[in-house]
Amino acid sequence: MAALLEAKGVTKRFGGLVAVRELDFEMEPGAIASVIGPNGAGKTTFFNCVSGFFRIDEGTITFDGVPSHHLRPDEISHIGISRTYQNVRLFPTMTALENILVGEHQNLRATWLGAVIGTRRQRAEEVGALEEARRLLDFIGLRGQGDILAAKLPYGDQRRLEMVRALAGKPRLLLLDEPTAGMNPAETGTMTEFIRRLRGELGITILLIEHEMRVVMGISDRITVLDYGVKIAEGTPREIQGDARVIEAYLGRAASAGGGGAQPAQPEAAPPPAGAS
Amino acid sequence: MTHEQPAPQARIRTWFPVVRIGLLGGVVAVYLCLVGIVTTFNERPLIAGVLSLGEASLLLAWIGAGYLAARRAPGGTRPAEVAAGGLAGGLAGSLATLLVLVGSVVDLRSVFIHASPELYDLLTFGLGVAGSWIPIAVGALVGAIAAVVVALPDSLRRPLIGGFTAVVVMGLFAGLLRTPMLTSPLSGLARFLFAPDGLTVAGAVLVFVGVAAAVAIRGPLTARRRYDALPDRTRRALLVPALLVMSLVVLLFPISFGPFLAQVVAIVAIYILMGFGMNITLGLAGLLDLGFVAFFAVGAYTVGLLTSTGEFGLAGWSWWAAVPFAVLFAMAFAAFLGLPILRIRGDYLAIATLGFGEIVRILAGSDLLKAWLGGPQGILGIPKPIDVPPGHLLAGPVQIYYIALACAAMVAFVAWRLRASRLGRSWMAVREDEDVAEALGVNLVQTKLLAYMLGGAFAGLAGAIFAGLVGSIFASSMQLFVSINVVALVVVGGMGSNPGVVVGAIFLIGLPELFREFSEYRFLFYGVALIAMMLYRPAGLLPSRIVKRELSSPEELEATAEGGTSSPRPAAS
Repeated sequence: MAALLEAKGVTKRFGGLVAVRELDFEMEPGAIASVIGPNGAGKTTFFNCVSGFFRIDEGTITFDGVPSHHLRPDEISHIGISRTYQNVRLFPTMTALENILVGEHQNLRATWLGAVIGTRRQRAEEVGALEEARRLLDFIGLRGQGDILAAKLPYGDQRRLEMVRALAGKPRLLLLDEPTAGMNPAETGTMTEFIRRLRGELGITILLIEHEMRVVMGISDRITVLDYGVKIAEGTPREIQGDARVIEAYLGRAASAGGGGAQPAQPEAAPPPAGAS
Repeated sequence: MTHEQPAPQARIRTWFPVVRIGLLGGVVAVYLCLVGIVTTFNERPLIAGVLSLGEASLLLAWIGAGYLAARRAPGGTRPAEVAAGGLAGGLAGSLATLLVLVGSVVDLRSVFIHASPELYDLLTFGLGVAGSWIPIAVGALVGAIAAVVVALPDSLRRPLIGGFTAVVVMGLFAGLLRTPMLTSPLSGLARFLFAPDGLTVAGAVLVFVGVAAAVAIRGPLTARRRYDALPDRTRRALLVPALLVMSLVVLLFPISFGPFLAQVVAIVAIYILMGFGMNITLGLAGLLDLGFVAFFAVGAYTVGLLTSTGEFGLAGWSWWAAVPFAVLFAMAFAAFLGLPILRIRGDYLAIATLGFGEIVRILAGSDLLKAWLGGPQGILGIPKPIDVPPGHLLAGPVQIYYIALACAAMVAFVAWRLRASRLGRSWMAVREDEDVAEALGVNLVQTKLLAYMLGGAFAGLAGAIFAGLVGSIFASSMQLFVSINVVALVVVGGMGSNPGVVVGAIFLIGLPELFREFSEYRFLFYGVALIAMMLYRPAGLLPSRIVKRELSSPEELEATAEGGTSSPRPAAS
């Protein structure tokens, strides 16, 4: 099967620091893949390169056979890649429903003149968009709570809302940046189940960055391990668990003691303060 | 930690806040004296022959000191409160006494031109140094009275304060209210209530008693509560006639209140129009545009050049034919300016646009373009939109008022429609978090440019109407202050809220126009008002629904936002 996302020799430098070095990465449609690695390994930098926030210095990224590394973030969104953020970034003073509607933005066509005049086509489109947004609200169990300001939702709901906002644009690839950060074990379990449902019911390809080993090992088809911007291992969860370099670089003693990698590799850091990224 | 008998030193310490408030009140009063507010305002009576606005401003400073001190009184017993009020008022007055004494020895006028004999006479009831104790006595008296009012139960205090406020407000607007009333069936009442300037004594008593009684019987608060308690259908049924009456007042206002007021409300309407436009650029899209006046100028000059019958007129068109071009040119100009600078974020954008506003003003007045734009002499002979003989109902500013109002309504409609559309949402998204909006497929440049161009178009429309109002355009009308006014009235009214813009325009544009005689102090009050607003009502006078909800429970917000959503407020600059 042809790869949906393919990165070849991707290098990203910040001044003298090489955040990602000659990374090769491939992902098949319909898969759930994870990128793991210690803090500062370049995982989020890689995400930012794929989603167009950063221009890569060397290499190519192709999405569905089309080179995408020179595109702006909004263009990347249009070709079907959507993402969430390590620290939830909803539009805080907009309602839950409005947040999802912004996610649908790229599939709507209304012009400003059409919106002012209120053409039949524009109104029909708006009705359809609202219906879709409500459906997505239902999907995350927030039926009837669309008018609540995003900032006032409980943390777990904010995470899920951010995900369906990303889904509202009907992407083919969803990038999830630490979807269970700051969650307790019960919430983490719900989230894992939720990610599985995304693939199962919507058939979306999912690439995630995750610290929580339980999540990574449980749902990933393939795992890529980064350390200091370099890919040090790649394979199925079982292969990764047995890889000596990974254990040395990342999993460390926790994995050897637990045997099954059921322990988080390191204590979850508290989410960074607002606007940190 | 409480001692049965606090040490005398500690007991004295508890009075420190009172002393501080008193001295602060005194400083405010002396400041009012020295910058000339007291003497200038003294020429405007509030109650004819009894109380002038100048005296009232002085008394207010002392009353304020007494009122605040009473609330901080140590112990909180009633005698302590009255004592605190009296002490603070007296201390505040003592600074005025000090001013009189110093003024009798040293000639302060070489520095403070307003430290005139009239000021000293006013402070000492004409007794000179011999009466220098008077400010202390008056200060202590009004301070103590204020303290007594603090101690009164709500049912008495509210009517008293209400009546007092009503007298001051009626006194201030006496001249304005009297003129139209004299030509109406209410002329008898007008003569009873109003002297040629200010209230009559009998009028003041009537207003005080009337308002106090009204507040006491069914205060505005209970009326509000009763209204809220009504079932939805009754409320809606009441809303329709209320709106009808309001729109009737709005429509008949300039006709019934004479040409001066018509001019004032026409200017207010033009600013409302600009405020609505700014609500799109700033309120929705979060772009702080301090160069709004540039588009205003483009609109005004376009109309000027196309319609003028004077030297610089190009076409001699009618105003109506020129307006669409004014709007289009302003929009095109906004696009031209916007393309290079809209990649800039936040505060930097404000500075860049600020520069453009100034460039346009200086260019318009420059020798370089004098041959086309008239330089400092400006463009004269711009016809009125509707050509009617003088004396006609629609002559002069009245027609401008209606045109501006109609345009403002149109802009409000456009803004409302856009707000609930894909575009409005993408503007808000850009305002809240540019990066995320972009990652969701919002084209930043396109989206921002559209907001900027729409704002520019409405500013151009306002400029076109302004040209029709004044009949001439000068580069000196295109001051930076126009832009600042527009931003300020949006902020004061409540960002993103159109009713807020109306209220903001009335307060910031209408009131200063009405009190032209005090125009020297316009910026002083402007500054004080803005600071007070930011301190006590940061969301604005009439905040929009969303902002209100958002500011209503900050604790709750913090609790849920600890996950790290981005900045909790849109650019609050």
